[in-house]
Formats: sequence, structure tokens, C-alpha cells
Amino acid sequence: MSVPLALLGLLEREPSYGYDLKRDYDAYFGRGKPLQFGQVYATLARLTRDGKVTPGEIEPGGGPDRKLYAITDGGKHEFETWLSQPIDPAPNLQTDLFVKVVFALMLGRSAEGYLDTQRAAHLQRMRELTVLKRKGDLVDALLADHGLFHLEADLRWIDMTAARLPALAETVRS
Amino acid sequence: MTLAHLPVVTDPELSCVEASDLCLSFGATPALRGASVTVVTGEILAVMGPSGSGKSTLLHCLAGILRPNSGEVRFRGRRIDALGEEERSTLRRDHFGFVFQFGQLVPELTAEENVALPLLLSGTRRTQALGAARELLAQVGLDGLGRRRSGELSGGQAQRVALARGLVGRPEVLFADEPTGSLDSLNSEHVLELLVAATHQFGTTVVMVTHDPRVAAYADREIVVRDGKATSLTPGGGST
Ligand SMILES: Nc1ncnc2c1ncn2[C@@H]1O[C@H](COP(=O)(O)OP(=O)(O)OP(=O)(O)O)[C@@H](O)[C@H]1O
Ligand SMILES: [Mg+2]
Repeated sequence: MSVPLALLGLLEREPSYGYDLKRDYDAYFGRGKPLQFGQVYATLARLTRDGKVTPGEIEPGGGPDRKLYAITDGGKHEFETWLSQPIDPAPNLQTDLFVKVVFALMLGRSAEGYLDTQRAAHLQRMRELTVLKRKGDLVDALLADHGLFHLEADLRWIDMTAARLPALAETVRS
Repeated sequence: MTLAHLPVVTDPELSCVEASDLCLSFGATPALRGASVTVVTGEILAVMGPSGSGKSTLLHCLAGILRPNSGEVRFRGRRIDALGEEERSTLRRDHFGFVFQFGQLVPELTAEENVALPLLLSGTRRTQALGAARELLAQVGLDGLGRRRSGELSGGQAQRVALARGLVGRPEVLFADEPTGSLDSLNSEHVLELLVAATHQFGTTVVMVTHDPRVAAYADREIVVRDGKATSLTPGGGST
């Protein structure tokens, strides 16, 4: 999800100051990668230029943060369209994993060794996400689960491929 | 401290169960062909690998249930593979807990009697043993089912009863074969939290066979058994 879309979504709830947008973005979407204030204001400026948000009057007290931003009809339309579309369900069929296996076989390197190394790296990441899930709040747990299920899918593919390496080797070398 | 990057441990203080070069055949079927593994004290070790590769056989050798044809198994530095049936049985009763892959509860006994069994066998008074059993049943989310005969439990409930029984004697080492095999994701997590809590509270060492990477991710590290041999992989690449 892009930052502009995320800000539009947050603004669709209610008009907000840049500071509030950053805080809510970080709370829900910014795990490990909080937004910089500079990026918030640059994005709001671009959205303003494109007619998707409107800044309110600068309130007494001054400073750039004292503008209350609101979403426009155009902005709402863009956000609603995005929200109702499914995301592309097709995983990348030429993953780096697959490409590495094919090259290892083609060049006579150890594809099994590569798959073992990859499997260890995947499990290590799964351990880290499991810790995050166990120690964190519900939002952390849901995000960690999403990562865990995807890594698990990769691992199943790795096991399956490891079991089929001899057959795949013949295909690649013939 | 993370145990994930530890090399093969030779320090007897750190090594809880250590097996070297285990070979075991069932008739003409070789199940283990030179498997070596070190289980570090206090760790949760996941044992993974394809079906039929020898995981359960390895676990049973580490736990002194099966005797290898050759190779050595040590518990706290002491050879256990050479011990006689009776001595190994005492060792298992006093130091180990078990969760087996198949048919492990006594169907005629109630859930709480099943859980209390290890305590009763080692001479704990009945009321005390049943009390401890009820406490553990509550922890695995089965309070209220203690009086149910275990033959009348669902697969997942029976598995949690088995886990409670494995932990009730506060064993030094818990050997668990697919302890979450018939549980849904949420109940698996619950059970795994219990295992992690046991390692923290009582210093229990856990050796857990699982084919599920999400379960293995609760462990400190994993070994992979293939064709009767065990490999320990480290994320940096290479194997030990
Ligand atoms: N009691 C037995 N008698 C004869 N063969 C056996 C016995 N137990 C295991 N085997 C054989 O030894 C090999 C290893 O079996 P083991 O049960 O250790 O596999 P595993 O890795 O635990 O498999 P799974 O993931 O399916 O439980 C297999 O070929 C199996 O058929
Ligand atoms: Mg097995």
C-alpha cells in the first residue's frame, strides 16, 4: 500500500493534522518503518496539488502542523476504488528462489545446498516473527502471522522442490 | 541468548542429551544411518524432515526407549544406550516426559487420571497427583473435562491431555512427537506457549518432532533428518 493511499484512508475517517496522520500510520502500518514528518507533509502537498485533499486555514499558533487537512470527493473516489479492488493474487511465478534453483542445476552447483541455506534463513525469519507475535500486541500478531503464513508457503515449496531435484535436474540439463 | 548459532557443543554442562553415530535397523529397513545430534540444556530443539526419514526413531533413541544397534547416547554425559531395560525405564520415569505421535492415553482412564499417571507411577499420593493433573488440564484449556474418559475425547483434546501428562512431572527433558499434529492453529499456539513457559519456568529442555514450520519457529533451532542422518543448519549457511 502506498503512503498517499494510506493518508487518504486515514483522512476519510475525519479531517486531521499531519501529526495525527503520522501517529496513526505508524500505529497500524509503520511496523519497523515509521513515516518521517517530511514525507507526511510532502505527500499532503502533492495530494493537495492533485485536488485530493484540501488544507484548512492555518490556525493561530502557526507552524505547518496547524493545518487541518480534509479529503475531497476526488480523493474519496480514488480511495474507495482502491479499497474495493482485490489485490493481485498471482504470486510472482519467476521467484528468485526458482531462478536460483534452476541456475544451480544448470551450472552443476549444489541446488540442495542452496535450498538448505534458504530453508535455514526462512526458519530464522519465522523465529523472529514468532517472537514479535508472542511479545507484541494484536496488530503485531496479525502482521507477524501474515509473514509467517507466506514464509511457510515458501518452505513447503522448498521441501517439495528438494524432493524433486533429480527430476528437475534432468529437465534443466537436457 | 539465542541458541540458533551455537556450534556443536562438547561442554557437558551445556549438553543435555548427546547422540553420536546412531544406527538402527528394523529388520532389513535401516531407520537411522549414523545420526548425531546434541541437545543443549534448556533449549527447544525442533526435529524436522520428510516422512519416514527416521525422526520418531531418533527421538526414541534419544529418550532411551529404543536401543540403537550402534552409536552412543548420553544424558548429562552418562551413557544411557548401554543400560538395561529396567534402568532405562527408571531413567525415563525420573527425568523425561513424553508426548507420543500415536495412541498414548489409556482409554479406560479419565483425562485427569491419564495426566496424573506419571506422578502415580513415581509414588505421589493420589489426591496430590490428581490435583496437579487438574491444574495442568486447566492450563491446556481443558478444565471441566477432567472426569471424561479419555476414549471419549476429540483428537485435539486427547493431544492436549497427552501434553499435560508429558509436563506434569516437571521433567528435565520433554520428548514430543508432533505435539500439535491434530490441533488447529490457535490451539497449537496455546500448546506451544505452554512449552515455552515450561522451558522458562522449570528449565525444561524440549525435543520436538514436527513437520510444521510454524511450530518449528517456536524452537530455538532445528535439525533436519534425511535418510536416517541428522543435519543442523545455521542461517548463515553451511551445516554442522
Ligand atoms: N516398528 C517398526 N518396525 C519396522 N519398521 C519401522 C518401525 N518403525 C519405523 N520403521 C521404519 O523406519 C523408518 C523410519 O521411521 P520413523 O517412524 O522414524 O519415521 P518418521 O520420520 O518419524 O516419519 P513420520 O514423519 O511419517 O512420522 C521408516 O522407513 C519406517 O517404515
Ligand atoms: Mg514419526
